Amino acid sequence: MDVGDSIPELRVTPDRFLPHRYAGASGDFNPIHIDKELATQVGLPGNILHGLYGMALVARANAAAAGGDPRSLKRLSVQFRGMGLPEQEIVVSGTVIAVDGDSATVDTVAEQSGKQIIKNARAELRTT
Amino acid sequence: MDASAKGKRFPPFAYEIGKEKIREFAHAVGEDNVVYFDRTAAKAAGLRDIPAPPMFAVVYSAGAVGPALFDPEVGLDFALMVHGGQEFVWGEPVCSGDTITTVAECKDIFEKDGKGFYVFETVSTNQDGDEVVRATWTNIVRGI
Repeated sequence: MDVGDSIPELRVTPDRFLPHRYAGASGDFNPIHIDKELATQVGLPGNILHGLYGMALVARANAAAAGGDPRSLKRLSVQFRGMGLPEQEIVVSGTVIAVDGDSATVDTVAEQSGKQIIKNARAELRTT
Repeated sequence: MDASAKGKRFPPFAYEIGKEKIREFAHAVGEDNVVYFDRTAAKAAGLRDIPAPPMFAVVYSAGAVGPALFDPEVGLDFALMVHGGQEFVWGEPVCSGDTITTVAECKDIFEKDGKGFYVFETVSTNQDGDEVVRATWTNIVRGI
């Protein structure tokens, strides 16, 4: 990896029931993620994706860029912005901003329908 | 706003890592590396057992973070709360069979631009005392 390189883009379209599966897997059953009616009543466009699911996609894209080993991700920090929805494509992209020995720093963003849902994501990768 | 809970530490929460829960989580987030599903492949890759994907930290930390978020002294207004930011710093890999103990602390409560910021830190260690994850959870409450 060199400074200025792009990491391979990750494109994922979560299906309608993804938030339910992520709720079960993570234990976060907040109804805004799984109950469309309630979500709409509190002013949301529909049941929204878990922010931490989006972060998991960012983690995947970064680990994959370093070869996919679970030990390749040393640090990841993100800011959640806006909200993600099921059944719309999410695109995770990133650029290497620093390289130091066997360590690389990647600035990453996750977008959906042209809007950022995760911004200022910074990953530190072990590249060997 | 009341920041008296700043510095408060919460009871440790222990979680035993299991390979079927790892499989469920890996499927949900689309992790497809064979090491998350196959013990032989995991060992061939130099891991002690099937590893947890990095973001599995959410699963074993939840039992420590939940009580901190709901603590009446912290006083978070859930109706107006959004998860603003998150950081994980990973250490020793987490594998099936490990027991991970997580301790949460309320690191900071402050107001900025009319919003309340509630920052929690969790530190997770394995059965050998090795740190596996240090996490910062930032929650933002609108209209303080």
